[in-house]
Amino acid sequence: MKKMWKGNHAIAEAAMRAGCEFYAGYPITPQTEVGEYLSSRMPELGRRFLQAENEMSAIYMIFGAYACGMRSMTSSSGPGFSLKQEGIAYLCANNFPSVLVNVQRWGPGLGTLDSSQTDYLRDTRGGGNGDYRVIVYAPNSIQETVDLMYNAFDVAEKYRNPVEILSEAALGQMMEPVEFPPFKERKEDLGWTFDGTDRPHGRIDNPGKPGALRAKVEAIMANEQRWENYMVEDADYVFVAFGLPSRTSRNAVDLLREQGIKAGLIRPITVWPFPFDAFKEIPGTVKGIISVESTDAGQLVEDVALATKRMCRGNVPVYGLFSGQKIPKTKEIVTYVNGILSGENKEVF
Amino acid sequence: MAVVKTTPTMVSIPNHFCPGCGHGILNRLIAEVIQEKGYEKKTILTLGVGCSCNMNGSWNGDKIQTAHGRAASTATGVKVARPDLLSIAYQGDGDAYVIGLAETLNAAYRSEPITVFVINNNNFAMTGGQMSWTTMPGQVTTTSAHGRDTSLTGMPIRVPEIAATFPDVAYVARGSVHSAKEINRLKGYVRNAIEAQLNGEGYALVEVLCQCPTNWGMSVEKSIQWMEKEVVPYYELGELKGRRK
Ligand SMILES: Cc1ncc(C[n+]2csc(CCOP(=O)(O)OP(=O)(O)O)c2C)c(N)n1
Ligand code: SF4
Repeated sequence: MKKMWKGNHAIAEAAMRAGCEFYAGYPITPQTEVGEYLSSRMPELGRRFLQAENEMSAIYMIFGAYACGMRSMTSSSGPGFSLKQEGIAYLCANNFPSVLVNVQRWGPGLGTLDSSQTDYLRDTRGGGNGDYRVIVYAPNSIQETVDLMYNAFDVAEKYRNPVEILSEAALGQMMEPVEFPPFKERKEDLGWTFDGTDRPHGRIDNPGKPGALRAKVEAIMANEQRWENYMVEDADYVFVAFGLPSRTSRNAVDLLREQGIKAGLIRPITVWPFPFDAFKEIPGTVKGIISVESTDAGQLVEDVALATKRMCRGNVPVYGLFSGQKIPKTKEIVTYVNGILSGENKEVF
Repeated sequence: MAVVKTTPTMVSIPNHFCPGCGHGILNRLIAEVIQEKGYEKKTILTLGVGCSCNMNGSWNGDKIQTAHGRAASTATGVKVARPDLLSIAYQGDGDAYVIGLAETLNAAYRSEPITVFVINNNNFAMTGGQMSWTTMPGQVTTTSAHGRDTSLTGMPIRVPEIAATFPDVAYVARGSVHSAKEINRLKGYVRNAIEAQLNGEGYALVEVLCQCPTNWGMSVEKSIQWMEKEVVPYYELGELKGRRK
């Protein structure tokens, strides 16, 4: 039976059910409830919650624990998630799995507590030094957050790579009905972990790395793209939006269709790997692709342009609706499309 | 009766430290104690960044190379995951007391059940001999070219003294490798620091004064003399916090 849950509590409970045995983190709004919830829930099940002195320390605690194979996670937001970037690069250099949660708040530096998607480029590009990628899920509902979290550890261990849940302030703070999957536990030895015996650990930051990293990235891109398309097959205008802006974009599709404008929506569920394959469904007659995102200067639009270039024939214009530190309203999106039709809104790419 | 000394397995591979470096002595003492305890296959060493990185190629046991300054946090995570194993952090003074001061003191403050060894060679050796917080007044390094001016940079830091004030810390000592006598004493500190963890007593820290002839620009003999004259008087040797018996 579904029950009302706050996003941040739900993601924490989902992690528990997915077998998370260790959480380390440092409080920062709007994700603090993740740690608060786990501080009471983890000990109930004999698992560990550790309030670290800062976000860097927390990621290295996860690094140490996952080196030994323990399902571990950390969460943060804004400048706190920035502090973790070095550690994420180290996780990747060592081929360690891990689960990371970023409940995005708006802006650089301290920023604000507003809901946003302004960490998109950093998180989909690796963020730290070196050439690596993190598998990034971008849910648009609390149920989907739970479902993605439930698989995150399995995927992280399969590829020996960090998996991130890219949430948003409003998604962390709001409540929705959710149903939780049952508790599960990974019992088998992962084979490579540190256990004191000095067995091979399969690091990739050695001379074999470029080939190994590339092979991993290609396998993830081939197998892990996830998306949801809505009314794309005959669309003249296709929105691309993830997370909360995808919900208002979907409403805009319905409203525009009522007005006789054939709109559609591609909703990336993985933002890395970016779901290039979702663009296959776009008809050759498409007139424009529109990135709808809670950023200031446009971030997702860069991937939308790349995907359009690779997957669409001709020079299809790519537009961007950037709503800054708020979720774009359905009406704004409709108005934006009307602005394209009138020639007032120009393409970005 | 003849005493037969064999090389402990964990240091059976030739090390990559400079000739005359003190690191190798501490490596051996740790290896001896681990072997005494029968923990050769039950130890995970977390290596800081500095000359301790050389141990990636010589330490014949499980080891995680972590980031500069984050060994205490990493070793904490290891211990969370594997409380049955010995989790040891091995770091330089720059790693543990400069860039990683927060992690070092916070792990000590919480009394994470780990053992931390810090080689204090009064400089950042790996990067070619820059000033560290442990650099002695007037000491010439590549970033204190006119000798360390403590009026601008502070007096050398004494972290074990700070850690020893935390109520929950189990064991803190400072040893040195500059003489046979001190090496023998140091072995006792190493043993205590490892036993503290095996007995679940909490956090243990051993700082080890160590010569770095390469970056000090001295012969080994001169290095030892300089330690005796300048370093040891400032960095008092001995147990700063004994184990609760
Ligand atoms: C984040 C980061 N900053 C700087 C460095 C460069 N670096 C490597 S080792 C080191 C100093 C090490 O000094 P110490 O810990 O005293 O060890 P030693 O080499 O003297 O044994 C520095 C600054 C680095 N590897 N990572
Ligand atoms: S540089 Fe100094 S500390 Fe490093 S190995 Fe050489 S002598 Fe030892």
